[in-house]
Amino acid sequence: MCLAVPLEVIEIIGSPDDPLSQPTARVASSGIEKEVRLDIIDRWPARGDYVIVHAGFAIHTLDPVEAARNLELMRQMARANAASKKA
Amino acid sequence: MKHLSEFRDPSLSRSLLARLRTTATRPARIMEVCGTHTMAIFHHGLRSMLPQGVELISGPGCPVCVTSGGDIDAFIKIASRKNVRVAIFGDLLRVPGNNGSLADAAASGAKVELVYSAMDALALAEKYPEELIVFLSVGFETTSPTVAATILAASQTETRNFCVYTSNKTIDPALELLLNDPDLQLDGLLCPGHVATIIGAHAFVPMAQRFKIPCVIGGFEPADIISALLLLLEQVNEGRHEVENGYERAVSWQGNPRARELSAKVFSKGESSWRGLGLLAKSGLTIRDEYSRYDAKERLGITAKEVPEPAGCLCGAILRGQKQPPHCPLFSKGCTPASPIGPCMVSSEGTCAAWHRYGGQQ
Amino acid sequence: MKLKQIMLDHGSGGLASQELIEKLFLRYLDHPLLADMEDSAVFSVPGTRLAMSTDSYVVDPLFFPGGDIGQLAVHGTINDLAMRGARPLYLSLAFILEEGLSYGELEKIIRSIAQASKDAAVPIITGDTKVVERGKADKIFINSTGLGVVAPDCQISLTRARPGDKIIISGPMGDHGLTIMSQRSGLSLSGDLASDTMPLHGLVEQLLDEFGPAIHTLHDPTRGGVATGLNEIASHSKVALEIMEAALPIRPQVAAGCEILGLDPLYLANEGKVLIFVAADKAQGLLNLAHSRPEGREAAIIGQVQEGPAGRVSLITAIGGSRLLTPLQGQPLPRIC
Repeated sequence: MCLAVPLEVIEIIGSPDDPLSQPTARVASSGIEKEVRLDIIDRWPARGDYVIVHAGFAIHTLDPVEAARNLELMRQMARANAASKKA
Repeated sequence: MKHLSEFRDPSLSRSLLARLRTTATRPARIMEVCGTHTMAIFHHGLRSMLPQGVELISGPGCPVCVTSGGDIDAFIKIASRKNVRVAIFGDLLRVPGNNGSLADAAASGAKVELVYSAMDALALAEKYPEELIVFLSVGFETTSPTVAATILAASQTETRNFCVYTSNKTIDPALELLLNDPDLQLDGLLCPGHVATIIGAHAFVPMAQRFKIPCVIGGFEPADIISALLLLLEQVNEGRHEVENGYERAVSWQGNPRARELSAKVFSKGESSWRGLGLLAKSGLTIRDEYSRYDAKERLGITAKEVPEPAGCLCGAILRGQKQPPHCPLFSKGCTPASPIGPCMVSSEGTCAAWHRYGGQQ
Repeated sequence: MKLKQIMLDHGSGGLASQELIEKLFLRYLDHPLLADMEDSAVFSVPGTRLAMSTDSYVVDPLFFPGGDIGQLAVHGTINDLAMRGARPLYLSLAFILEEGLSYGELEKIIRSIAQASKDAAVPIITGDTKVVERGKADKIFINSTGLGVVAPDCQISLTRARPGDKIIISGPMGDHGLTIMSQRSGLSLSGDLASDTMPLHGLVEQLLDEFGPAIHTLHDPTRGGVATGLNEIASHSKVALEIMEAALPIRPQVAAGCEILGLDPLYLANEGKVLIFVAADKAQGLLNLAHSRPEGREAAIIGQVQEGPAGRVSLITAIGGSRLLTPLQGQPLPRIC
């Protein structure tokens, strides 16, 4: 129901405290750049952060710890398989 | 592509699949609520790899599919007005109503612009100051805050030649309707990842408890989907019915309150007409009086009329998970993505279009 | 469905285009050479075999990273000739200009055409210009027709793909389609994107010199992209094709752009790529030769031909699943869902 992709923030335009400043960021992936709005972002990102973008708006700033935990959980689930095979 | 490629590692998916096969010890009917999940499942050929007995039922989470024929007809009426230019997401262009689609209207001279963001629609207002730009808005909880933010931006810049026709919906009333259906017999819900980014994983707790149904929030890479299915099957095996978050990198327990606040500032909840499901209370978003100057329904005096579903079309039953596309007499015969009769054949994430395109009969 | 009016989808190169051609044009215009629906028609005149092809160019914007409408008009028709194994000899160009088109822009296009024609060594030998009232065309439309010679024993055709053949693509896919889409207003996508427009007759000629009869089918996957091109071949040759997703070459920036806009690169246009169907035992040699030329430096084997079912194209996904690869329906649209 909603396509969204993680993109890296390379520049922030505007500020979280001034709604009239047109809160936008330039985001990039593999050299492709796009301007997105930050109006509805949950946590104001910094340069180098990854944000999830839907329909031209960043909707979530990724937390590297959560992302790593997400991946680790999957890897654990996958490894559990290898272990059960041995057993 | 960071946060994408590591989740795309085929060996991770293959190991998870192997684990899924050993976990699937009994038949299970899982509904993938979200159309983007339906699309991803077909795109990666996942259906062909699932263990026997694990049945995936597509849910109502395709915004253009559930947009009522009456709303589509209203869209076309608006687009055909003089001095009006409508802006839409590409998803909406070919959706048929009673009088053709917006693509047909465009071929007959209506001004229809495809945009990637509601904000791009607002930008059109500056580009065409002599015209009224009407954004024809569809979408669920993920998309609605972007529309709210755009209306607030229009209000800040005092843009006068811009308004929005909202057909935006919330998913929970539709899910409740389905879960109350005794014939559906679902064993678990694969919950929509990016909707959960906004509403939070906690939003699914009342449903999991009330209907005693396992709910797992899943991302959209193959490994995300397979691991979410794995978590669901483990719950089924163990007789649990909890909310688990398999998409932690994008979804938190509390979601995105800021987006919800913005949405609530601009929209109030009202009833909404769903294709296939009918009129559902508290399932639609209406622009609040405070922003009524941006409400196309007020401004143009247009309301959607109820229209019957096309004859023979099973989209309603398909959206309710009661039928699969090949059960429909029109599927891939009278109704194809090139000349769709029902909405499920139109959107690339529509269940019928996905089955047609990716050969779902297998 | 009864067609009432022409829609943009009818020009997309997908199923809607095919339907229009089959239900209208071929109903009235039924010469077998036309009805074969090949990239160009090959016919004999006393003493020689000729190939002839025509195409119109209406791209918007006129100038884009990597090329312009003039280059497309030269390269596109040259490539259609080359896809039958023809050596392109001459081109004709016909222009429909909109009143008000800037002279400077037109001059830029003509200069670009001259350069493309010179670089390809295919001269333009006849032409025509019409001007229509403002609003009756969009700046400039170009039609080009090409004539080429075909070796007496050359049998290259969409119908000749054989079970066992390897399928090679001459380079990464989707560059042109995404570049054009990124230039359209509203999408505001920027980055290292450029059209792949280039003439392919040099590459084709060298491949034919070396591997002649082992090459069965050539096709340039323009509108409709690689997926639609493969479907055309599968149905004309009455074979099944199996494509390996992991082997499909794609530039990271094109993959990223597609990801953002919700597009599938398999359905995006290419203007400098060729799909080559070659006997399996010659595939590696052909690939090595292609790699030695600029047009084919990133060529890759992407799949093989199977007995049947006729017309079926399947994709083995990166995780090992299988799905059908159907032709493009209407024009590819960016989506948010």
